[in-house]
Amino acid sequence: MKKDKPPRRKFQPIYLFLIVPYIALLWVPFYNRIEPTLLGIPFFYWFQMCWVVLGALCILPVYLYQESRRK
Amino acid sequence: MSMEPNAVTLTVFFGLFVLVTGLGFVASRWRAGDLSQLHEWGLGGRRFGTWVTWFLLGGDLYTAYTFIAVPALMFGAGAYGFFAVPYTILMYPLLFIAFPRLWSVARKHGYVTAADFVRGRFGSRQLALAVAITGIVATMPYIALQLVGMQVVLAALGINFSLNLPGFGPVDMPLLIAFTILAFYTYSSGLRAPALIAVVKDLLVYITVFAAIIFIPVQLGGYGAVFDAVPEKALLLAKGMGGNLGAEFAYASLAMGSVLALFLYPHAVTGLLSASSRNVVRRNAMILPAYSLALALIALLGYMAIASGVGTDPLYAEGFAAFGNNFAVPALFLKMFPSWFAGLAFAAIAIGALVPAAIMSIACANLFTRNIYREFINPKCTAVQESNVAKIVSIVVKFGALIFVLEMKSTYAIQLQLLGGIWMCQTLPSVLLALYTRFCHPMALLAGWAAGLISGTWMVSQLDFKSSTYTLYLFGLEIPGYAAVSALLLNLIVSYGLTLIINAVSNPVRRDETKPEDYLT
Repeated sequence: MKKDKPPRRKFQPIYLFLIVPYIALLWVPFYNRIEPTLLGIPFFYWFQMCWVVLGALCILPVYLYQESRRK
Repeated sequence: MSMEPNAVTLTVFFGLFVLVTGLGFVASRWRAGDLSQLHEWGLGGRRFGTWVTWFLLGGDLYTAYTFIAVPALMFGAGAYGFFAVPYTILMYPLLFIAFPRLWSVARKHGYVTAADFVRGRFGSRQLALAVAITGIVATMPYIALQLVGMQVVLAALGINFSLNLPGFGPVDMPLLIAFTILAFYTYSSGLRAPALIAVVKDLLVYITVFAAIIFIPVQLGGYGAVFDAVPEKALLLAKGMGGNLGAEFAYASLAMGSVLALFLYPHAVTGLLSASSRNVVRRNAMILPAYSLALALIALLGYMAIASGVGTDPLYAEGFAAFGNNFAVPALFLKMFPSWFAGLAFAAIAIGALVPAAIMSIACANLFTRNIYREFINPKCTAVQESNVAKIVSIVVKFGALIFVLEMKSTYAIQLQLLGGIWMCQTLPSVLLALYTRFCHPMALLAGWAAGLISGTWMVSQLDFKSSTYTLYLFGLEIPGYAAVSALLLNLIVSYGLTLIINAVSNPVRRDETKPEDYLT
């Protein structure tokens, strides 16, 4: 993807955090199974529900990084 | 339907409904602005802070229909219905990275709609019109589905009586009354009404969800018993065999395609642009997932409905006959909750229909007014004329959806909404990618849009409009993917390919009123 020219910034590796949820949730064969269950809930369900929180936590470091740069 | 209305349930339901109606009318005076300006009426003056935006977007993106349809899909199809969970998780990194840019450029140039941005970015009225029409056409059936959600709840309450109106045949009166009230307060208060109502609605939804996930499994013998009741085949996705990538691939593509479509929808854009700063948008990417957790728990209600045996209970047979699996959750609430709490839960769903319906109709009105009326019909219109047209269009749109639901089968609305997501996805190169690059020529984007629209519609028509998972045969593989994604790939190939050809044979003039720094602050 071609970016707009003047404010071209060097890519910061911290942005890779944003890709993590896509890898975890789009690789379906990894979590499409019953065991291990948690409180009787199959892995398929509790794994994805955990990622609701983990997904938000993946955004946090990028947010904090951007905040620190604005100062 | 002959389901017996329960006095306690009805009282709680009506009490909450009246409260919300009052709020809708009071909203015009909340953070008062000059409602004869389109951005005041249609974007709440771009003044909503982090928490109001959280409630507004929560009410906007997680609609009443979602709360009915996702558990209904789990009830009927099992694990496949859970795709809504990865879908609503994966939309937030994208929201976080791309939408502050849209907010900034919209603020700088006074854009109210995504089509406004396209008009400014590419200087093309035709491309902007294509984006506007796609938005309006895809949103209409979505509004209709909110009505379907409300209809199910009214039936569960036992108050869906019909009157014969001349020229229309039997009309569901409570639905007509609810929507008339909604139409009037949207007219008078604009986006401020759903923003204020969303606060009440979301609180009711959270109360209902937390009560449901604790109270119902206890009665059914715990979560283990709930999952044991689900047929083993439905509990996981089917594995692919040989060259077939199987349901697992379809699941991932459905989640990803839905992510790409969602933020292109006019009601999502309207909600985001009403934020008071780009930081409000960024922070919301981290706090909106709270609703995804609620949605995941609501999805599990579908399994609780299986375990509770409502599907075979003669008491609810009539409801299932009329609304299919969409009746699973209302039946579960009627069976498991005390009557006063059922009233609260039904109010949460019914009010949950009003919020997105209001925002969607406002978003359609903004699109029509800005990108069709002012662009093609009356370019010299005043700000007052502009906002008056928008107010009237918001009413027309709502009654259009109402007539749609009352006069046609709800399956048409569901099929059209399915197509709507596929159509919406085809504006991605013109809107989302354009936030980063204007490499593509507007005519190439238009051709790509048309190619995506036609191929996507064709694929779904091959499936008799019943499903959106179309199997492609490529390189000896069977790939069952969401038609929106395959159509989008074709769209991108056409857009980029044609642009390269146009650039090779001519040196097109670029008309871009935005500057790179407009996207950043």
